[in-house]
Amino acid sequence: MTQAGTSGLVLNEKLLFEHSEPGRKGYSLPTLDVPEATLPAELCRDEITGFPELSEVDVVRHFTRLSTWNYGVDSGFYPLGSCTMKYNPKVNEVAARMPGLADIHPATPQALTQGALALIYHLQEDLAEMSGFSAVTIQPAAGAQGELAGMLTIRAWHEAQGSTRSKVLIPDTAHGTNPATAALAGYDVVPIASDGVLSLAEVEAHMDDDVAALMVTNPNTLGLFETNIEPICKLVHERGGLVYCDGANFNALMGIARPGDMGIDVMHFNLHKTFSTPHGGGGPGAGPIGVAEHLVPFLPKPLVVRDGEAYRLDDDRPQSFGRLLAFNGNFGVLIRAYAYIRSMGAAGLKRATEMAVLNANYIRARLEDVYDLPYKNRSLHEVVFSDKNLAGGCHTLDVAKRLIDYGYHPPTIYFPLVVKGAIMIEPTETESREILDEFCDAMLVIAQEASDNPDLLHNAPTVPKVRRLDETTAARKPKLKWEG
Amino acid sequence: MRYLPHTPEDVAEMLSQIGVNSVEDLFVEIPEAVMLDRSMDLPEPLAEADLLREMRQLAGQNASVATHRSFLGGGAYNHFSPAAVDQLISRSEFYTAYTPYQPEISQGTLQAIFEFQTLICQLTGMDAANASMYDGASACAEAVLMAMRLTRRSKVLLSKALNPRYRETAATYCRYLGVQLEEIAVDGAGRTDMQDLVAKLDDATAAVVMGYPNYFGVVETLADVAEAAHGAGALLVTAVAEPVALGLLKSPGELGADIVVGDGQSFGLPLSFGGPYVGFFAARQKGLRAMPGRLVGETVDLDGKRGFVLTLATREQHIRREKATSNICSNQGLCALIATVYLSLLGKQGLRELADQNYAKAIYARERIGALEGFSLPFNSPAFNEFVVRCDAGVERLLETLQAQGILAGIPLDTDYPELQDCLLVCVTEQNTRRDIDELVDALAGGVS
Repeated sequence: MTQAGTSGLVLNEKLLFEHSEPGRKGYSLPTLDVPEATLPAELCRDEITGFPELSEVDVVRHFTRLSTWNYGVDSGFYPLGSCTMKYNPKVNEVAARMPGLADIHPATPQALTQGALALIYHLQEDLAEMSGFSAVTIQPAAGAQGELAGMLTIRAWHEAQGSTRSKVLIPDTAHGTNPATAALAGYDVVPIASDGVLSLAEVEAHMDDDVAALMVTNPNTLGLFETNIEPICKLVHERGGLVYCDGANFNALMGIARPGDMGIDVMHFNLHKTFSTPHGGGGPGAGPIGVAEHLVPFLPKPLVVRDGEAYRLDDDRPQSFGRLLAFNGNFGVLIRAYAYIRSMGAAGLKRATEMAVLNANYIRARLEDVYDLPYKNRSLHEVVFSDKNLAGGCHTLDVAKRLIDYGYHPPTIYFPLVVKGAIMIEPTETESREILDEFCDAMLVIAQEASDNPDLLHNAPTVPKVRRLDETTAARKPKLKWEG
Repeated sequence: MRYLPHTPEDVAEMLSQIGVNSVEDLFVEIPEAVMLDRSMDLPEPLAEADLLREMRQLAGQNASVATHRSFLGGGAYNHFSPAAVDQLISRSEFYTAYTPYQPEISQGTLQAIFEFQTLICQLTGMDAANASMYDGASACAEAVLMAMRLTRRSKVLLSKALNPRYRETAATYCRYLGVQLEEIAVDGAGRTDMQDLVAKLDDATAAVVMGYPNYFGVVETLADVAEAAHGAGALLVTAVAEPVALGLLKSPGELGADIVVGDGQSFGLPLSFGGPYVGFFAARQKGLRAMPGRLVGETVDLDGKRGFVLTLATREQHIRREKATSNICSNQGLCALIATVYLSLLGKQGLRELADQNYAKAIYARERIGALEGFSLPFNSPAFNEFVVRCDAGVERLLETLQAQGILAGIPLDTDYPELQDCLLVCVTEQNTRRDIDELVDALAGGVS
């Protein structure tokens, strides 16, 4: 097979601060057209030691070179499980930068921002329709903040019922943000076991009258649909609790099934996953939440609402749990998600889900004879293998690093925690069969290499600019800034 | 659909390899009862050209800093962003990558974050900065929580001159964590009232939180606050919503702050109706392991070459779960990159000159407005690029009159501060020309006559 990864001319680049030459500058300010003014000297700082001094061309080359050391979705296949690294459409970038959208001050009077508010309102409505919830707020800045918004909504609802329940049930397959969020909302976390999918009996055994909520992920982090979700929701409700759904994997459900119809009370969306907005090297994302009718009064403020033909920010929400950000959410991300939904339409979004699930199952079919597949239920959007069958003392990390040499971004590894040596592959719908075949060929070759010549894996990667990095020393003696 | 590459032949062959007959068969695990039995009710899809037409139509219904002369600040600032900034962050190796979990193929992102952390430390006078937070308000809330972890105390004093949205956000984050939040009054100069502060400080106080400059643009006397806070064993948290000020003002670190947070929107980020912005978070070395958020550290690879990795992950949710320092799992990566590119271009001299210009323009506007009949300046203290104006005739109708002339004159303060009825928060940056300012002054004068 041909290896997609190869070595080429890679340019070294120092740190900004090491480039600096006194007197260089990369800016031009207009001439000051008002009288100079001087702040009292005792308030003024001395010059900032070490701050860079560079020309514009220095800066442009610097960051251009840095960019070439990265791997993005535009570089190639990025099957990072649970992160939904689908293609980020270019027209969305154009829309987000449009004058009239990119340059609105958040304190502009609402009568003068009707276009922006309309966009937010219609995005909320579209997300509500897709998920089966009564209302959606777009305020949370990311998935984890959406989780917090959801759990605070749940807590505010309980308070309004006069309930002081203190515990939250979380399955062992959950993402780490779930327990961290529950703790931030002041809850005690009770981990519960799942065997691939959550059983009604397990929930029933833990669902006492001190449990405020169950947090589930559906489809879960094994890529499996929580088949008992309806009876589980019913049971939790009967015993006075609510159900939170982590919507990180909503890409598996568009047009197929709606969490609101399953009995779920709150769910967050990751617009940077399902709705194609770029991940930006770690953000910004957006984590809107949808809620069932009884939770609407408790949503964060402000909420974008419609009065007749006009849109406004509703701040008069006495039962709201409060505010999560200084302003109204990550509008630039919302524009991109809105553009995506408008480009795809209902049929296109459903087709995206179908092709995402087809792709994941295709990879599974091509690899399951060689890589151990711990859970055999039909996969949805992602598939989780383990490193159990690997020869030559090779582990998941070695496969991941060897995949880099072949030109692929590795899958998510060692997560979910319930699978030892997990290799979690989420191809998304925007990859063609040829790409999947090439990737699967590489995975199969790597498994063969593990038995024939395991050092190829242990020493990988060798093609990128740097080889494996010493993370232990980095943590033991943290060096977190340049000090000259 | 142009984003979906599958031909009917691809689908047929793939289904056959999987061993099922149809795409529907892939969803067998979903109970029939919860399957959606209709099409989603969404608008019809648009071709690329039609989409852009619709977006332009929406954009055309908004007042922007290009269509209006804007004097709005209050936590979001209209600064110029050099062309190179957007060109560089538009390299898709940056914006289509995810969190740098695989350092060997993420060195671009990692080195840029390391540079961001360094720049934030230099600006704030702190020892360590993280890879960024959602925005200034949520960073401030996380700073309150960190101060509680470090001091094991549960009372926090928030200056009433701190941005009201930052105070609300802190209240949200603390709502169920047993924190006692108290406000400190504002004195006649628009600063945090020292007497009230000293009266409320006690041995249960974890932190005092101050804006710098504060919401009124006023430069707080941080050193005095730091001394008082430290005397009671509390920490000083400083929130900087307008970090261009740090080009001119003494750094909070130099004045005794223990944690410095803020919003980096001023550093080249579009106003974008309030987000995405970028929170920054910096602290003293001794607080390092109690910090929230991602951190990037320098290390070497197997060949001894310099490289960068995510580090100190044992603080974080994916390892520590419910005992993590925060639930945050991302940063505002691309926004932090914007700030890094912007500060590289401005550099040592540029940031100072920019801060000088902002200060001088605000002084010019403040003096001219203050001299107008019917207007006064309630706070006569050094302020950075925004200031409070009182209009005896009231602000509501005045603002409407000026809007009709294409001027967004400022933010009314009465909702957040009933005692500041008839007051406006006016912001002036390098983007406002002298002519803009003169027109604002004339319009204000004409608006009340």
